[in-house]
Amino acid sequence: MSAQSEESARTKLKIDQVSKNFGGVKAVTQVSLDVPEGTIFSIIGPNGAGKTTLLNMVSGFYHPDEGSILLDSQDVTRRKPNERARLGIARTFQNIALFQGLSVLENLMLGRHVHMTSGVLASFLYWGPAQREEVVHRRRVEEIIDFLKLADLRQQPAGELAYGLRKRVELGRALAVDPTLLLLDEPMAGMNQEEKEEMVRYVLDVNEEFGTTIVLIEHDMGVVMDISDYVAVLDQGEKIAEGVPDAVRADPTVIEAYLGADHE
Amino acid sequence: MFHRESGYYKTTYKADMALFRLPIGKVAVGAIAVIFFIICPMIFDEYYLSIINIAAIAVIGALGLNILLGYTGQISIGHAAFMSVGAYTAANMAVSFGWPFWLTVPAGGCMAALIGTIVGMPSLRVKGLYLAIATLAAQFIIEWVLNHTPAISGGIQASIEMPRPVFFGRTLETQAELYFFILPVCVLAIVATLNLVRSRIGRAFIAIRDQDIAAEIIGINVYRYKLLAFAISSFYAGVCGVMYTYYFGIANYEAFQLPISIDYLAMCIIGGLGSVLGSIFGAVFVTLLPIAIRIFMENVGVFFVDGVYLAQVIAQMRLILFGGLIILFLVVEPDGLNKLWQNIRNYFRIWPFSY
Ligand SMILES: Nc1ncnc2c1ncn2[C@@H]1O[C@H](COP(=O)(O)OP(=O)(O)OP(=O)(O)O)[C@@H](O)[C@H]1O
Ligand SMILES: [Mg+2]
Repeated sequence: MSAQSEESARTKLKIDQVSKNFGGVKAVTQVSLDVPEGTIFSIIGPNGAGKTTLLNMVSGFYHPDEGSILLDSQDVTRRKPNERARLGIARTFQNIALFQGLSVLENLMLGRHVHMTSGVLASFLYWGPAQREEVVHRRRVEEIIDFLKLADLRQQPAGELAYGLRKRVELGRALAVDPTLLLLDEPMAGMNQEEKEEMVRYVLDVNEEFGTTIVLIEHDMGVVMDISDYVAVLDQGEKIAEGVPDAVRADPTVIEAYLGADHE
Repeated sequence: MFHRESGYYKTTYKADMALFRLPIGKVAVGAIAVIFFIICPMIFDEYYLSIINIAAIAVIGALGLNILLGYTGQISIGHAAFMSVGAYTAANMAVSFGWPFWLTVPAGGCMAALIGTIVGMPSLRVKGLYLAIATLAAQFIIEWVLNHTPAISGGIQASIEMPRPVFFGRTLETQAELYFFILPVCVLAIVATLNLVRSRIGRAFIAIRDQDIAAEIIGINVYRYKLLAFAISSFYAGVCGVMYTYYFGIANYEAFQLPISIDYLAMCIIGGLGSVLGSIFGAVFVTLLPIAIRIFMENVGVFFVDGVYLAQVIAQMRLILFGGLIILFLVVEPDGLNKLWQNIRNYFRIWPFSY
């Protein structure tokens, strides 16, 4: 959490006046965010606030109706999702989206896809360049497997794992991309206390060891206030507050929004 | 004497990624090679070798369709049409330019891949039933074009006589000679597929099948890879079509009509979607079934059915049994014969402690 003190941290991700409607539903309305490089930036808000929609626009799954998205000062608004992965954006999904039929290892190897180059002919031949490339990237994947303590599950089909483990494998797959910007959509939802603490540890370690900028959506206020450098609050598609955790916690509009949500 | 995993530790990633991770695998493959390349041609006569030949050709086509259907999750009901593209391409090249088989086979594959890629374009927009209909339309369009374009299909009943393949000056005439032409191509197709599906490209195909959104987000260009799957699948179909043409000595679109496309779907479903071994099982099974029915009916059926109708009844039975089997496998064992085989293998892996 050192980035707070560094006055002139580079902006990793800039979301500029972005809006998204679904039919009549204003999911996101003119939201702007500046995520400084190397920080953990949390987005919170009641259900249906537009958090996932915002993240979907950053990863390229949705295109904003208006506004723009800049990664490292480069406009990526019109880039396709697969191109954004190459630029260093990786994410996990609120409803886990693993490749069910593949093993944990293969899921992580898919995270290396953008870094591998073997074409069709090399793949048919396999022995030679394709195999050498596999070995190189397997090594990186094994590092991540060790880091996330997934060694025992390497060969297990991803679809057969327990919920908490699937979330962890999904994090692993995103890490295998070697992202510079990691988007996590409720990585701790539905976990027990122990699993949550583990996941928090991983998130912090990724941020500290690799310097990865992390945008985190999370409902657990305790976790958010503990680990975030900055917090932004969305409510009904609009940003209602932003700042360091303590300031956001004390903000009357935020308290109002959450109380309002609780009263429903 | 049983293959146990314990005791064999993989000390390098290379060993861990090998095709055969246990020594028994290599032994088994060696034994199968000896059986097929030495023993079979020694003990079997022309008739039985012709059956192996036709099954081996079917394996090539089934592998191709399984790459698309089983591994990438994209349906095609036009597989047989791509075979006909390969067949006519090869026949024309062989007749007009005297191309040898080592040129006609890849040429047929490439032309089919080209057409297959074009036919696969709707897959970028539609899935499932709509893609099925689009590829079905392609099947009919290709059939129609071949039948109505004498420049491609030769004119007389849309068929072109195919010269026999020549191998180092020797013309391959008998089934035994063709056997040594067809089987290596089949083995090549199997090994290439095994390699493909464990490599970067194969993984990307499976990712698209399992979770196309996550695949795109992880950096896979889903559009490009879907087309690539169609291209590769059609290449196999094209090669398969060329081999049929050499086998029958004639290229004719009637050998590649809709029911053949259905046969190949059946091979993948009965054998096991997304499995190389399953493709082999399925191709062999679907090839042998009509033969088994015929032998059964000729020996047993004659007591129930009048000889005059026998041929008709056999044809009907084949359709009924196929339909029934596809439904049965879809409902009871979606992973096909391959899964049954795995169950047997796993049973023996832990035998005798199987409780
Ligand atoms: N694809 C879609 N089509 C139509 N409406 C959508 C779509 N995606 C999101 N919405 C709507 O947009 C609004 C914001 O949804 P979003 O999923 O972004 O909320 P969220 O903040 O992530 O909520 P949660 O905490 O429940 O995950 C909701 O009203 C939702 O119904
Ligand atoms: Mg959400």
